Amino acid sequence: MNIHTIANHLNGLCDQSQTGFQFDCYPIDGDVEVLQVNIIGREEIPVFVSVTDNQILCISYLWGEDEVNPERRAEMFETMLELNIPMPLSSFAKIDNKYVVYGALSVQSSMEEVEQELAVLSDNCLEVIDELVDYLK
Amino acid sequence: MGILNKILTAFRGGATEVGQGIVDANSTRIFEQEIRDAEKHLTKAKRELTDVMAKEMQANREVDRLKRSVAEHEGYATQALEKDNEALAIEVAEKIAQLDQELAEQQAANQSYSAHAERLKTLVKKTERQLSDYQRQLSMVKTTESVQKATATITDSFASSNSKLLNAKDSLERIKARQQQFDDRLQASEALAEEDSDKSLHAKLAEAGIGEQKSSANAVLDRLKAKKG
Repeated sequence: MNIHTIANHLNGLCDQSQTGFQFDCYPIDGDVEVLQVNIIGREEIPVFVSVTDNQILCISYLWGEDEVNPERRAEMFETMLELNIPMPLSSFAKIDNKYVVYGALSVQSSMEEVEQELAVLSDNCLEVIDELVDYLK
Repeated sequence: MGILNKILTAFRGGATEVGQGIVDANSTRIFEQEIRDAEKHLTKAKRELTDVMAKEMQANREVDRLKRSVAEHEGYATQALEKDNEALAIEVAEKIAQLDQELAEQQAANQSYSAHAERLKTLVKKTERQLSDYQRQLSMVKTTESVQKATATITDSFASSNSKLLNAKDSLERIKARQQQFDDRLQASEALAEEDSDKSLHAKLAEAGIGEQKSSANAVLDRLKAKKG
């Protein structure tokens, strides 16, 4: 399992996907190979996929620290913690100064599971922004 | 110090810049070497355990054999005494004493093997636990590093393509607007399709002479004549 097998699968799906989404993905070169997965119609919020020794990490960026209303920051944290378990398959995290939602899968996962993870992550991402937009500037 | 603490300390210390590892590459390599060493020790201990357990089983069998032999010779000695053959009885008794000695030695060996096996089992369990803990820690460090490198890669890619990740509000608004446009279009095309099917139905009805009829020139004339008359 590497990002290229995932890319080939997703790009080859066209309108045959189980999730109803169409994917357009391409690898980004760097120290670690990252796959940028664009979901058609939601290109503004891509999902980034990287594969480590034992897991597939799917990450979507929510917003930067600079977008957060400082007066409501603590409240935002509390809401994130409260939503963390109800939110299916994804969790909140922070990388550098960016808040993210992410999902981790075993490298033994099937392509259908990867596809489902990406679809749910994207849905979660939109819903979270919609729901937590009041905590932003 | 636990690995989570190390990771957090590195974050707080600003080790999040590109190229600066959470735990430097060298110590990761040392850690990996430690894991490999522990794995080697584990394999060795397991092999040793197998040997000791085999010896233990062997010693057990030998103890059983000696016990049977002692019982057998005790029978012979009793029989010799019953036949008043004291000389033979003494000879057998000497043999029994020798067997007793061997049995005691064999039992001591057996106990020592059992104790050794027990120690090795504990060691194997402990090493296995330690090994899985090392592997968990290493995987945490590696994942953290991988995510940071991935983030750097993503940031670089956006910087070099002169595009940037939009802020959350704008992204959501654009996606929603696009979805709305799609929904509107869908609705419009549905409405259009409905209209079309209405029209074709009207046409069929008209052809069959049912419903509202188109006014013809004759009908107009008739109507005018009627008015005049």
